[in-house]
Amino acid sequence: MPVITPDTLQDSYDVVIVGSGAGGGQTAYTLTMEGVKVLLLEAGRSFDVQSEAAMLQWPSQAPLRGERTPDKQYGFHDCSIHSGWEIPGEPYTNANADPGSQFKWWRQRMMGGRTNHWGRISLRNGPFDFKPHTRWGLGFDWPIGYDDLAPYYDKVEMLIGVFGTSEGIENSPDSPPGVLLPAPKLRVGELYARKHGARAGARIVSIHRAVLTQPQDAEGIPQKLHPGNAKAQRILRESMATRAPCFWATDCHRGCAIRANYDSQTVHLRPALQTGNLDILPNAMVREVTVGKDGKATGVTFIDKTTGREGHARGRAVVLAASAMESVRLLLNSTSNLFPQGLANSSGKVGKYITDSVSSSLGAHIPAFEGMPVHNEDGAGPHAYVPWTRHAQNRKGAFGFPGGYHLEFTTGRQMPSLQVVSGIDSRAGSATVLFGRKLREEARRFYGAQLGFGAQGTMLPNDDCYTELDPVLKDQWGIPVLRFHWKWSDFELNQVRHQQAHIRELLEALGGKVSGKADPDPRDAIRQGGTVIHEVGGAIMGHDPASSVSNPWSQAWDVKNLFFADGAPFASTADKNPTLTIMALAWRMADHLLSELKHQNL
Amino acid sequence: MAKPDPLPRISRRASLQWMLGATAALATPEASLHAAPPPTAKGYGPDPSMVTLYKPGDVWPLTLSEPQRRTTRALCDLILPADETSPAASALGVPDFIDEWISSPYPAQAADRPLLLEGLAWLDEDAVRRCGKPFADLTAGQQEAIANDLATLPPAPEHKRAAAFFKRFRDLTAGGYYTTPEGSRTLGYVGNLPLASFEGPPPEALRHVGLI
Repeated sequence: MPVITPDTLQDSYDVVIVGSGAGGGQTAYTLTMEGVKVLLLEAGRSFDVQSEAAMLQWPSQAPLRGERTPDKQYGFHDCSIHSGWEIPGEPYTNANADPGSQFKWWRQRMMGGRTNHWGRISLRNGPFDFKPHTRWGLGFDWPIGYDDLAPYYDKVEMLIGVFGTSEGIENSPDSPPGVLLPAPKLRVGELYARKHGARAGARIVSIHRAVLTQPQDAEGIPQKLHPGNAKAQRILRESMATRAPCFWATDCHRGCAIRANYDSQTVHLRPALQTGNLDILPNAMVREVTVGKDGKATGVTFIDKTTGREGHARGRAVVLAASAMESVRLLLNSTSNLFPQGLANSSGKVGKYITDSVSSSLGAHIPAFEGMPVHNEDGAGPHAYVPWTRHAQNRKGAFGFPGGYHLEFTTGRQMPSLQVVSGIDSRAGSATVLFGRKLREEARRFYGAQLGFGAQGTMLPNDDCYTELDPVLKDQWGIPVLRFHWKWSDFELNQVRHQQAHIRELLEALGGKVSGKADPDPRDAIRQGGTVIHEVGGAIMGHDPASSVSNPWSQAWDVKNLFFADGAPFASTADKNPTLTIMALAWRMADHLLSELKHQNL
Repeated sequence: MAKPDPLPRISRRASLQWMLGATAALATPEASLHAAPPPTAKGYGPDPSMVTLYKPGDVWPLTLSEPQRRTTRALCDLILPADETSPAASALGVPDFIDEWISSPYPAQAADRPLLLEGLAWLDEDAVRRCGKPFADLTAGQQEAIANDLATLPPAPEHKRAAAFFKRFRDLTAGGYYTTPEGSRTLGYVGNLPLASFEGPPPEALRHVGLI
């Protein structure tokens, strides 16, 4: 079974998956390794990271030195095609005209989805993150806890390969011994921040990222992940053997032709194809989930983007992994006599409770770094971060917001971008726009002397952040589009105020000269909703079918053979990046789906 | 991706006409830019080959006239001249990059086009007024004198627009320079090289910031 066209679609599959990213990839992997016949549909084209990712190209080898354009919205060499906030022919709308109350929606129409340019930061949600209502009296408790997901975090980390250390930090869980790969050495800026940041209460430790720092244990891990399944062990062993460890150059966002970092195709879809149990249909824009008279899903209707023709794929079960908002859109567009409000929406909660990471950033010039001895510190993306360690102080909400935030670094002598001398005149205290010999000297002196932190924090669901179908607008295939509603609550704004003050304090503890004014209006400092690309929710899991869309197994309450494998079931956003949790939830869901198939429960 | 058409640059005859026009427009410097046609080319689309090694002009035509290119080259090399260890900006293709930038069909660069074209014309007009020759034909000292007038911070009121041009041109020149492999090395960037291991900072870097 291979990458196919609509003409070679089989009559029926055990499971039809919509979306090829982290969740769809993990689901396809787990199911096909156990012999389940799977069809995976992807709206974008096939993409070969080995031959198409620009790893070592210089900015000067790209148009406009690789700067962002409307065609390549993260820059020319970013591993994204047919992607962006605005995609021609695929609009969405916002109910509110105020940009501060709008949601921006990143779509990535290519095989592997957003995993192609993902930052690879792989932090586990902690116990508190699953129980915000218990802890804060706010939002909803997830119907599962950390202990339910911990074994799946272990498995995902072993499968995809995650470097990091175990630090014993409250609510930032350790991994069991032998699971993580060794963390890379810290850079000079990271070490400097670790020493001096302590004065500002920041504890700086190795971050966890899905990058191989050494070859995976291709003998041991397959046995642990697939006990008693010799075929799966062999396939995984062979797959792991094709992955090289990081060669300590190039930005992971460019994609990794040597397969050192995780993307869905490298880790999930290649071995899944090797099982012979997977068909992949690219260029298939799914329009709706079809339902039989018995109220069960029968498959999906899709548009073949290469011909414009509509097709239908049948399955005994359907898994939505199209990205949280796209899966919501599919549900709302799947109306029938049985489901007039959209599929799986008897609660009226489909599209409700969207959250994104609460984020702001601040940078500084660090005089101590000026004139740094020349050395290569490309490394493997960020090596360190600042976890949230103030649970005790904020236990009763003294900070004015629930949860917390972690800080990610931008530091180092990175590959210069077009903006490399930005701000140089004022930094040098120059009374002129520098040019000539003086420009060269100052550019060299200040290169790499910047350090910044970006915060990413908890967002609990509220009634004002949701999506629905736009009553009028349709996309180029005639499919109704989403209309977003977005409004920050005081909790997010208070958190951003705290982030800004804390980052400033931290930068000043490093002797930094901070750019930007003190105590900015949090409405200006906060990153717009959706722009962190961590949006989750819209089909949240819960204990009660009246107030949630999916059950604790990411299975729709209303349609027992319909499942979710993306961020849609998240009942809130933790201060951790969501992708690792998407994969762990998808694996857990897929195990449940296997069991339901086996017991003929679907 | 389809191979783009070869890019005819503006003919010598048209260039001469432009030069005459620019000189004639001394009294009303902004008149000259209205002669510059806005780019009508297409961008690279949402699915370009990322691994291809591009150079300016490969995707959309370059549009600077020969006199404009001469001025661009001269100003680039005034901003980053060659020294004992580093090549000049023109040796690293920076003028081509500036041309690519102002010829770009994308909105962010298109917004820079009037300022940059106007500024190039202004430079030549100022050079002709001061020394009777276009900017590129002046001595280094003469060029520097003109640039010094534009480089003052904050800019003199009579030079506000030309100073904005100079600052933008400087930023593009420096950015265009340091984003080349050779230019980045002169800045002290020594990465983008596959390595067998990552050893962390060397002792001299740790000593530099007092960590050892």
